[in-house]
Amino acid sequence: MTSITQKLSPEDARNAAREVRRRRLQAFLFVVPLLVFLIFAFVAPITTMLYRSIHNPTVANLIPDTLTALEDWSGEGVPDDAVLTQFATDMKRMANDRTSGQLADEINRALPGMSSVTKSTARALRRVEDADLTTNGAALLLEANDRWGEAATWRAIRKAGPVYSSSYYLTAVDLERDAVGAIVPRDTQIYVQLYTKTLKMALIITGLTILLGYPLAFFMAHASSGLANFLMVFVLLPFWTSLLVRTTAWIALLQTGGVVNSTLQWLGIIDEPLQLLYNEFSTILAMTHILLPFMVLPLYAVMRGIDNSFMRAAISMGSSPLGAWSKIYLPMSLPGLSAGALLVFIISIGYYITPALVGGTDGQMISNIIAFHMQVSNNWELAAALGSLLLVLILVLYWLFDRFVGTDNLKLG
Amino acid sequence: MKKHLTLLATTAALTASPLMAQDLTVTSFGGAYGAAQMEHMIEPFMAETGVNVLFEDYGGGIAEMKAQVEAGNILWDVVDVEVIDLERACAEGYLEIIDQSVLPDGDDGVAAADDFIPDALANECGVGNIVWSVVFAVNTDNGPGPQTIAEFFDVEAFPGNRGLRKRPQVNMEWALIADGVAPEDIYATLSTDEGQARAFAKLDTIKENIVWYDSWSQAPVLLNDGGAAMVQSANGRIFAAIQDDGAPFEIVWDSHVYDLDVWAIMKGTENKDLAMEFIKSATRTVPLSGMQDVAYGPTRASAQALLPESVKQDLPTAHLDVGLKADGIFWADFGESLGEKFNEWLLQ
Repeated sequence: MTSITQKLSPEDARNAAREVRRRRLQAFLFVVPLLVFLIFAFVAPITTMLYRSIHNPTVANLIPDTLTALEDWSGEGVPDDAVLTQFATDMKRMANDRTSGQLADEINRALPGMSSVTKSTARALRRVEDADLTTNGAALLLEANDRWGEAATWRAIRKAGPVYSSSYYLTAVDLERDAVGAIVPRDTQIYVQLYTKTLKMALIITGLTILLGYPLAFFMAHASSGLANFLMVFVLLPFWTSLLVRTTAWIALLQTGGVVNSTLQWLGIIDEPLQLLYNEFSTILAMTHILLPFMVLPLYAVMRGIDNSFMRAAISMGSSPLGAWSKIYLPMSLPGLSAGALLVFIISIGYYITPALVGGTDGQMISNIIAFHMQVSNNWELAAALGSLLLVLILVLYWLFDRFVGTDNLKLG
Repeated sequence: MKKHLTLLATTAALTASPLMAQDLTVTSFGGAYGAAQMEHMIEPFMAETGVNVLFEDYGGGIAEMKAQVEAGNILWDVVDVEVIDLERACAEGYLEIIDQSVLPDGDDGVAAADDFIPDALANECGVGNIVWSVVFAVNTDNGPGPQTIAEFFDVEAFPGNRGLRKRPQVNMEWALIADGVAPEDIYATLSTDEGQARAFAKLDTIKENIVWYDSWSQAPVLLNDGGAAMVQSANGRIFAAIQDDGAPFEIVWDSHVYDLDVWAIMKGTENKDLAMEFIKSATRTVPLSGMQDVAYGPTRASAQALLPESVKQDLPTAHLDVGLKADGIFWADFGESLGEKFNEWLLQ
């Protein structure tokens, strides 16, 4: 721009610069709605989720003084009476604020069984005089429940205390900190297994959509335009139907007394109905069907653009059809293939509805356990940690894809 | 036009306009149960008071209450809560405390405190609404089925698939009962690691034969289409299938796990007084007796007395002697940790 403005009078240069600014502003105003939308609908929720997975101030807000008093405790035996008294005072306040349940929930997460202990203690201390609490708080606490005389209880409180904690991420990879702070495997091993299984299923689904989608797209790209459009309707039809309808249609087909089983039985191929629904098989089948358009569309768009004469030239020069395909056609269709594969793989990794409806036990994926922690166990922090790990996993896979295939090789149409 | 006005009113109520204070949002579980509540509780209340009630559905659990209270955006006024969730919802401050002394006397003049069954008023955040039960049911087309929980766990004597709801609740209790633990010791046993291991070991013996489902509505479907030879179910769902569709099902009451649902008020609602009026109205003798339509037992003795003898046998209240009361306090303690162990066991 400098080279232009140098040749202009200062007046014109100013006008030109103003014009440039105006255009930039105009362009910016055009994207403002999208930007605002993205910030509110995408950036903000994800940041909140990332923050929530390490930040849980509940316990620190409820019993700050008890936590301060606990800092000097060695971790063995019962803490000093001063700590117990402080805690008894806090309990009374929480019982009257009706916040003892929140504390109960948090301690219970660190040590199952503490929820009822905390709540019953809060009820017992609710009507005790303040003076009694200051002089006799420790004894009253132990009288309310003898679990307050156990070191494990206080370790659980101390464990639940920090405002910022990596414990949810440790849980999300089946680890925890033991009494001395070393990282050890948890008793229950769930999440790593589920991540692996989710990845495995996503890979299988991607592979199946390639197997089904590549020949179909190839055929469509080389068919007459009338036939291609006709076939395109069948590819797009699932797109226009509700996801729920498509999934429930599979239930109707696959259930024990469903179309598939009764047909097979009628034909005499099987005696007993097969268990086709509520397992990994039905999840993979239904998801392959649902995600197939995401593979076919980019493939078809790219294949339409490949000039047939390349293949003919290769064959006329003595290559076998298969050799010509693998050396000429496949590399040229690769951008569509990798775009389709990436789309299907990333969508299926976070899929929720289909595994929830037809997955039964075997077909559960990581998203279903995230939903479980959001809706049933109310452990939003763990759900956030699991979700963040899923996000990281997808970013890493995208990075690997970029390294080995290259995002330049990506073409959506 | 009227539709548009209602829509406007709804929107206004959702944005918490005080002008629309005469709208009350009541949330429950829908289905045949919701229809019975509509007929016997909500419609009479609307007719008597002129208040417009918006009746909504939810799937249970406390996640939605938590979300509303944490966001400070209270959309519901009155909510039907399972006692198994009530303990937690109340202690965490998602529900208002209810003054149970203002509840009206029974129609026979007995004071409310004596008329309600004790469990109905056990928690200060709710007023008992129904007694319902988790039972198992068999399809009689398949010949004689199991008659006890021990037989339910006996795959050699009674082959075929068992439909169970995919959660530890009730399944853990049944496993221990089938393994010979006395009903009064169930929850003490389940509180220990050994007891939990014992329950999972018993569940292992039928694991190959279990078909898991997620919502009560799937139970009669599984039994009907042959997906399972016997299913765990809320008693009302099986009753409705027998009553309305003539399904060849039989309810087995042995070791059923019964529980209550209560009406509760969302913490921070602007319509607290109106919500209380609704609860007072809905838990009177006659509305409670109407829950027999879906085979759920009333929570007042005076309402029980109104029921015909022929109906009583279909209600959980007639079978309490062979049943186990679901322990809400136990599940508040161990729901999450057993939920994780259960998920792990499922993956094995």
